[in-house]
Amino acid sequence: MDTQPQAAPPPHTGPAVAPPGDLAIWFFILAELLAFGVFFAAYAFARARHVELFNAMQQTLDRPAGALNTVLLITGSWCVARAVEAVGRARAQTGARWLAAGIACGGGFLVVKCLEYADKFGAGINLSTNTFYMFYLSLTFFHFMHVILGLVILVALWWQTRQGAYGPADMNGIESGAAYWHMVDLVWIVLFPLVYVMR
Amino acid sequence: MKMPAHKGTAMPMNIRQLNFVLVVLLLATVATFEIGERGVAGPLAMGALLAISFVKGRLVVLDFMGLRGVKFFWRGLLLGWLLLVSTLIAIAYWISLP
Repeated sequence: MDTQPQAAPPPHTGPAVAPPGDLAIWFFILAELLAFGVFFAAYAFARARHVELFNAMQQTLDRPAGALNTVLLITGSWCVARAVEAVGRARAQTGARWLAAGIACGGGFLVVKCLEYADKFGAGINLSTNTFYMFYLSLTFFHFMHVILGLVILVALWWQTRQGAYGPADMNGIESGAAYWHMVDLVWIVLFPLVYVMR
Repeated sequence: MKMPAHKGTAMPMNIRQLNFVLVVLLLATVATFEIGERGVAGPLAMGALLAISFVKGRLVVLDFMGLRGVKFFWRGLLLGWLLLVSTLIAIAYWISLP
């Protein structure tokens, strides 16, 4: 049995072979992006068949709320990126504070989105109202569920970061969770102009 | 599944770069919102919205996700997704034109 410590890997120059975090999370992210991509294409081609309906219904959406949610997700993503940067410099407590700020942004997104849904449901709008609202409600709710999952991951990361579970030598967990959260942001960056603005 | 230790080192995150990206993303969001508020429509507005969306997505992929210093394969997958989705939206918009 070889009890000798393993030799350090040879220094690597040039681009990294694999993305930050766990390889499995990147396959998961790619699968999620594929699902959202199909959803976006379905929305766009459905709109092509009902342009007047989609343009008229789009005017009933709360665009400022959509923009505010974009700002919240972007800022939340930035906070999480700052958390990863801080943990990478052995500043776990600073990283935990950045994660808490990211969680607050994600929570803000959910509150704004719930207010939007309450307004629509209060007006008697549901999935069967028309084709536009069928897409609007299902697409945004699908994303909403991803924000919730992202927040669960961020809370777990925040807790573990506070316990000192991550550091420069062990970034795998925090980088994986952060990558998922950025994916949620990336999807909204396409969803907002497509659903709320494009006409 | 942890990545092998010799996977190479992704470019370390740079605080100034992250802050710069945040400002660009917020300004781009204001631009998108303004296009909507002014009621600008048509192929030019659609092209502008898709271009803004692509730039924003690219910054998230490269700087927030940390793929800037990673082999092109991974960047290509995510940026390719962004490009494919934008192209499909553009085609759908084009066929809807009178």
